Amino acid sequence: MSAEAVAATTPAKTDGWEPKIVAFCCNWCSYGGADSAGMGRFQQPASTRIIRVMCSGRIDPLHVFNAFLEGADAVLVTGCHIGDCHYVNGNDKTKIKYKYLENVVRELGIEKERLQLNWISASEGERFANFIRDVTAQIKKLGPSPLKPEGVA
Amino acid sequence: MKGSVAVVGGGIAGIQAALDLADSGYKTYLIESKPSIGGVMSQLDKTFPTNDCAMCILSPKLVETARHPNIELLGYSDVKSISGKAGDFNVKVVRKARYVDETKCTGCGTCTEKCPSKVSDEYNAGMSKRKSIYIPFAQAIPRVATIDATHCLFLTKGKCGVCKKVCGPKAVDYEQKDKEIELNVGSVVIATGFKPFDPSILKNYRFDHPDVITSLQFERLLSASGPTQGHVTKQSDGKVPKNVAFIQCVGSRNPRINRKHCSSVCCMYATKESIIAKEHDSELDITIFQIDVRAYGKNFEEFYNRAQKEYGIKYINSRPPEVIVNPDNSLSLKFEDFNTGDLVAKNFDLVVLSIGLDPADSTQALARSSGIALDDFGNIATTIENPVETSVAGIYVCGVAQGPKDIPDTVAQASAAASKAAALLSGERGTLIKERAFPDEKPLSPEPRIGVFVCHCGINIGSVVNVPNVVEYAKTLPGVAHAQEMLYACSSDSQVTIKDAIAKNNLNRVVVASCTPRTHEPLFQNTCREAGLNPYLFELANIREHCSWVHMKEKDKATEKAKAIVQMAVAKSALFQPLYKQKVSLINKAIVLGAGVAGMTAALDIANNGYHVTLIEKEKELGGMLREMTELYDGKRPADVLKDLISKVSANKNIKIMNEAKLLKVEGYLGNFRGVVLANGNEITVDFGAAVVATGARNFEPSGLFNYGSDKRIVTQAQFEKMLGTGVNAKTITMIQCVGARSKEREYCGRTCCVDAVKNAIRIKKANSSANVYVLYRDMRTYGVNEKMYETARDLGVLFIKYDADKPPKVQDSTVVVHDSMMNEDIEITSDLVVLSTPLVAGENEEINQLFKIPLDKNKFFLEAHPKLRPVDFATDGVFLCGSAQAPKLIDEAISQASAAASRACTILSRKFIETEGAISVVNEAKCIGCGTCVTVCPYNAPSLYDATVKVEEVTYTTKKSKINPAACKGCGSCAAACPAGAITAQHFSSKEIGEAIDAFDKGVKSIFIDKGVVEVTV
Repeated sequence: MSAEAVAATTPAKTDGWEPKIVAFCCNWCSYGGADSAGMGRFQQPASTRIIRVMCSGRIDPLHVFNAFLEGADAVLVTGCHIGDCHYVNGNDKTKIKYKYLENVVRELGIEKERLQLNWISASEGERFANFIRDVTAQIKKLGPSPLKPEGVA
Repeated sequence: MKGSVAVVGGGIAGIQAALDLADSGYKTYLIESKPSIGGVMSQLDKTFPTNDCAMCILSPKLVETARHPNIELLGYSDVKSISGKAGDFNVKVVRKARYVDETKCTGCGTCTEKCPSKVSDEYNAGMSKRKSIYIPFAQAIPRVATIDATHCLFLTKGKCGVCKKVCGPKAVDYEQKDKEIELNVGSVVIATGFKPFDPSILKNYRFDHPDVITSLQFERLLSASGPTQGHVTKQSDGKVPKNVAFIQCVGSRNPRINRKHCSSVCCMYATKESIIAKEHDSELDITIFQIDVRAYGKNFEEFYNRAQKEYGIKYINSRPPEVIVNPDNSLSLKFEDFNTGDLVAKNFDLVVLSIGLDPADSTQALARSSGIALDDFGNIATTIENPVETSVAGIYVCGVAQGPKDIPDTVAQASAAASKAAALLSGERGTLIKERAFPDEKPLSPEPRIGVFVCHCGINIGSVVNVPNVVEYAKTLPGVAHAQEMLYACSSDSQVTIKDAIAKNNLNRVVVASCTPRTHEPLFQNTCREAGLNPYLFELANIREHCSWVHMKEKDKATEKAKAIVQMAVAKSALFQPLYKQKVSLINKAIVLGAGVAGMTAALDIANNGYHVTLIEKEKELGGMLREMTELYDGKRPADVLKDLISKVSANKNIKIMNEAKLLKVEGYLGNFRGVVLANGNEITVDFGAAVVATGARNFEPSGLFNYGSDKRIVTQAQFEKMLGTGVNAKTITMIQCVGARSKEREYCGRTCCVDAVKNAIRIKKANSSANVYVLYRDMRTYGVNEKMYETARDLGVLFIKYDADKPPKVQDSTVVVHDSMMNEDIEITSDLVVLSTPLVAGENEEINQLFKIPLDKNKFFLEAHPKLRPVDFATDGVFLCGSAQAPKLIDEAISQASAAASRACTILSRKFIETEGAISVVNEAKCIGCGTCVTVCPYNAPSLYDATVKVEEVTYTTKKSKINPAACKGCGSCAAACPAGAITAQHFSSKEIGEAIDAFDKGVKSIFIDKGVVEVTV
């Protein structure tokens, strides 16, 4: 089926549909960035569910797959900027793991927009909000995740 | 003697001093004149040279101060006078009327919202309005409202009274009066900071024009929390400026208005503000008009270079005499272009005056009323050898109250003042402090009984999220035994409600849906503890920062999201298990590496605090680089200072000196280190709880530069310093600055070289006024009060000639040819001596960094934990840093830092035990395959492999297994994510707990609509 044909047969996915995005945030930077977004009142789509971990290095690739299997339309892996890790170098490990994770996710046929890595400091509220806005817009275009279990909106 | 200290001033200096003292076992009063602590740092957008967000690094310190059981915060209070003597002072404090009861106010902000009276907001440097009843800024501590009595309609005219009407907790009290109290303390630390210079005195700078603003105003314009949300606009028409000029030294280096000091920070803050402005708007054209660019601190020169190369910021070496307001009300500056010698006029949309640091009025008033001596500049007077001791024994000073300085120097000095106060009162340590007591934990029943408390946060959550709806939904969730809404979950009456609900419903898990755990988790954890619940049975669901505040226009979606957030928290909390911080004993002894002036000072301070110190020096003689010096900046003889210090160190019973010794090996962690020292051919084991690295630096040998080594008339400044000790017979002496510094090979500024050169130039001139002394420089960096020496040198006839980095002087035999960049001509100086000012370079730091696993920077100096707020700490707990091992510094700075390192070490040595992190990782031995991945992954050496004997039916064999040292684990969970066998559990963040949260993120969140009203249903 050509791309146009797919588009023709797929019902309009974007009408009123709000993607569900799981964001893993580290306690010291990106979770703080999300807090700063709140303090600065940087408005963003209500699409994200944040899961706090102490360090992005804690994020196990299995957690990411778990989120997809539970119906996440996208999964965000976020942490401190490289060099800023509260635990010396946890985010370096995240970076390494993410590389492999990215490959596996691609192999499964999941679009690259559905798994994203971003470094956000505790002060970057606007950056956090922009990130959520951008990802939500991208996922709205893509529609629901192909891994979404049946019956989940 | 009293075991308590009064810290006057709640800026970053006072906060740091108070935290150090309270952590070392002293009851501390922190007295701040303004409604909130935080000082000027709270107004800054970013900090140089890392462009860290100022509030992000300050705010945790504010919260820590507010929560510390041994700090009593006296906000909005003035110190009237200090009387008494060391060990027993009486401090008279006026607690100004806030007209709001601090104990009742929850900081909800409803009063502020409703108040009709608007006044100029000092937090935004007068560029926006605030209300007459106000909380100065979002992160203010204490977070209570204050009524501005001079503007309040009720207090001035008897009208209005709205704030009292709308205040839920009935905290507004118009009858409140100023109250005078007296504190009896053992010591006082003065940290009263500074007053930004008021540029309206200088009429020529036209501060009356709306587009002429101060650097502090520009800082506020850059800040997201500022009057324009971080968008730089002109105050006159609200338009975006195309070009900006910074005029440096406004209120500094100006004898005509009696401001002879350099303010130390303006060159760098102007650079920082320029970089941030360029990051906001890359089209913006920025010019900084300066006399000298004083980028003297660690990484400052690199920052200055980046500003020019990466951001295109222009630095023009000229001080425009005035700001010209043209007939069309536009602004222009006239300045001299030294390349052409022409006078140039240029228009600027915005002119920023880089204002200096004036001594605070309160400092001077307090000094006069309490008999504390001031120096020529109006700062609290100190000496080089005792940089934090005032003229009154037992009263110490830190921060800008002692002289202009940047944040890291301020923080170091604050810790130094704390160290001195603590040493004075060491006999009384721990006598006035209290430890929080909690009831025994009740046994955990197997079934989860979760209590959910959903907060309205006034209108912050409740106006967006349908709170009753969320409560109703929470009740349907598995394991929830109780759910209710609260107006303010954080208020003190709510804590009572939560505790009652725990008791009444026999709850064993608590979820509060309110704000961020980053600030409020410890508060609710303590509430749980008071109700007999383990603090790790608590979870916060953040429905404010992550929900109501960011979905203000999508109320339904925000409510759905709030339900999901609560559902995730509930699901996760059901799995929570009690966790305990382990108490590990510690060794109350320290080691200090290096016995220069820094190392000896650190050792002496620790010893005077009552702890044993082993002082390890590689050389035979103590004294380090000070032994090479022949005069201090104030004319004292270093030999006398050194003799005094060495005799104090040698006589101190708490200090064991090991000279000609070297630390070979270190193992262990915070509180429990074991080192092996090689001394006199013997390997000696030394156990210690904390270490101070004070290994100094060494002089750079400029081989091959400026023909050094080819002629004995060409010497280094260090060699010249020595020669001056015995007298120098030379008619003409030429000094060349920045030899081997600020170059490709060594980008950093040597910091001390300008001050040293000026000092020695003065010495020559004083010995022989007919001698000719030339100093060839790029920028004279006699920062702070050292500017006085530069002035003296010029008065004595020392000639300063500026040269450009790309046209360095040439030295042939002893003749120097320099291209004077200001006169634009070559000058030949036939000299008897050519003195090359070279920077300090790092010593043998690579050996020590391996021992303690502490990092080095790119110049091989040690890298501190944080360049601003942790200048003497390492990221590794229990190891501290001081002196030139961190970066080149002057003697008084090295001494301050050494006392600071001692103070930081004493916050550990004074503990009865070390408390480990509670939520740490644990290994399931049965699953562990002994691969060692966790050992590789952990940055703290917490996991280690050991030989385990495994019995499987008939077979017994030995294999490797991992175990995690609970005292070393910080709970990041990296090992758990890396373990290929799934043998490691990151407690509190286990895969099961995270999995439950993931599982719950979208499970059946459905809409239940109910009428508004208080819902309290027990399922």
